[in-house]
Amino acid sequence: MQSLTTRSKVASNKKMTFVEKLYLPAILGGMRITLNHFFKKKVTISYPEQTRPMAPVYRGQHVLKRDENGAERCTACGLCAVACPAEAITMTAAERKPGEEALYREEKYASVYEINMLRCIFCGLCEEACPKEAIFLTDRIIDSGYLRKSFIFGKDILVDPLDKPIDVSVRETKETREFKTHPEFAHNKLNTKSLK
Amino acid sequence: MTLSLFIIYKAVLVILVFLISLVIAMYSTYAERKVAAFMQDRIGPNRAGPFGLLQPVADGVKMFMKEEIIPQVSNKFLFILGPSVAMFTSCITGAVIPWGTSLHIAGHDFALQVTDINIGILYVMAVTSIGVYGIMIGGWASNNKYSLLGALRASSQMISYEVAMGLAIIALVMTTGTLSLKGIAAAQTGWHWNIVYQPLGFLIFIICAFAETNRTPFDLPESDSELIGGYHTEYSSMKLGFYLFAEYINMFISSAIMSTLYFGGYNMPFIGRLGLSPNTMAILGVVFLFAKIFFFIFFFMWVRWTIPRFRFDQLMNLGWKILIPLSIFNMAITGFIILVLHK
Repeated sequence: MQSLTTRSKVASNKKMTFVEKLYLPAILGGMRITLNHFFKKKVTISYPEQTRPMAPVYRGQHVLKRDENGAERCTACGLCAVACPAEAITMTAAERKPGEEALYREEKYASVYEINMLRCIFCGLCEEACPKEAIFLTDRIIDSGYLRKSFIFGKDILVDPLDKPIDVSVRETKETREFKTHPEFAHNKLNTKSLK
Repeated sequence: MTLSLFIIYKAVLVILVFLISLVIAMYSTYAERKVAAFMQDRIGPNRAGPFGLLQPVADGVKMFMKEEIIPQVSNKFLFILGPSVAMFTSCITGAVIPWGTSLHIAGHDFALQVTDINIGILYVMAVTSIGVYGIMIGGWASNNKYSLLGALRASSQMISYEVAMGLAIIALVMTTGTLSLKGIAAAQTGWHWNIVYQPLGFLIFIICAFAETNRTPFDLPESDSELIGGYHTEYSSMKLGFYLFAEYINMFISSAIMSTLYFGGYNMPFIGRLGLSPNTMAILGVVFLFAKIFFFIFFFMWVRWTIPRFRFDQLMNLGWKILIPLSIFNMAITGFIILVLHK
C-alpha cells in the first residue's frame, strides 16, 4: 500500500539489543536534550512589561467614535445589533433635546448602548454594518474580571474619551469608506459630509 | 576541651547543620521550579523579589495560612505522627556527615562533623528505613484508598531498593575498610575518589538513592497523575509542607552522602599542593563538598524533568531482577580483586 506521506514509519517489534536494554545511553541522550534546552532562549513574554507584537488590524475592544466636534456619531439605528452574529449588542434609542446638539450629531441617539464582551466574538461585522462610521474595533485587549456583569460594557466604557480620542485610522481608511459606497451596501448611506 | 566549650561547640554545629539543611531544602523548591522552567524553555518564578528569590518564603507563608484539615475518619494521632516522623528522620541524618576536616581555633580542634560514629553508614541506612514509616503511617492514617496505595508503593519500593543499596555499600566498605563516614571521606584524598574504584557500585547507589528519596523516575508513591498525590492526598497546610520539605531535605542529605561516599567528600585533587593553612583548607573543603552537593541536587532535578515515571512492575523488575544481582556481582568482583591484590 502506498503511504500518504513520506514521514510514515513501519512499526517493528524487533528485539532490543543489549545496549538498548541498558537504557542508560537513551537516558543520557534525553538528559543531553534537556540540558540543551536549559541554555536555550526562553520563549516566555513577561506580560505587563513586554507585549506580543500585534497585527495592525487586530480586533479588540470596541469604541464609539465622536465626530470632529466631539458629538457622538451613533444614531441608534440598530444595524450593528442586527448584524451581530453573537447577539452581543443591545441599545435604547432616545430623541435629542434642544441644547444637546454638541453631544449628539443627529436627532436620534443611543441613550443606552451595551456590548456583552462575553458574547462578542470580535468578528467586526458591527463595524462593517455601521452606516455612520460610529463603531470601530481597536487593538485594546479586554481585561479579565471577576463578575459576569463587569463584562457588559456600557457607554461609559465604549464612547471615545473626549480628552484623548482613540486612533482608528488603521481601520477607518479610505478603502473601507469606499467599500461602503458599493451598491450592495446602499442601505448603509454614508454621511460623507462629516467624514472628510 | 572543657565540657561547657564542648557543649557549646556541638550545639552550634547541630543548629548550623539543621539550619543549612532547612534553607537548602527551602531553596531546592525554588531551584526545582527554576530548573523545570529552564528545561521547558520558560523563565520560572520571577515575581516575588529579585529573580523570584522570595518565592520559597511566599510558599511557606501560603502553607501556614492554609486551612488545616484532619479527616474525621482518620486516626488523628497517627495522622499527625506521619509528617512528624518524615520530617524528624530527614533532619537527623545530617549528624554523621563530615562537612569538612577540622578547624584549629585557640588551641582547640573543632571537627566539622556533629558526631563521628564508627558505623556512620549503618546509621544513615537505619534512619532512612525509619523514614519510610512517616509515609506509611501518613498513608494509613488518612483512611483513603489513594493514600494507602501510595503508602504501599512507598514501602515496597523502599524495601526493594534498600537491599541493592546496602549491597552496593558493602562493596564500598570492602574497599575502604571502614564504616565511618569520616574515615571514608579521609581515605579519598587526591584522585582516590571511590567513584574510580566503584563505578558500578555508584551507578547502583545513585539509582537506589532516586528510589529512596521518591524522586522521578521512581516517584510512584506520589504520582500526581494516578494517585493524586499518593500518601499525602489528605494532607493540607503545613503537614503537607512537612512531607514536601522532608523530601527535599532527603534529597540534600542523599546528595551529601553520595558526594561523601563516592566523590571524595570535602577532598579536591591538587588542593594539597597549594600549601594553604589547615584552616583555609578546611573551609575550602566545606565549599567543595557543597559544590558537589549542589551538583547532585541539580542532577536530581535534571533527571526529574527528563525521564518519565516507571510502571510499578517495571520498578520491581529493575529492583529485584537487575539491581540486586548486579550489586551482588559487583560485591563478588570487588572481593575477588581485593583478594588478588592483598594476597
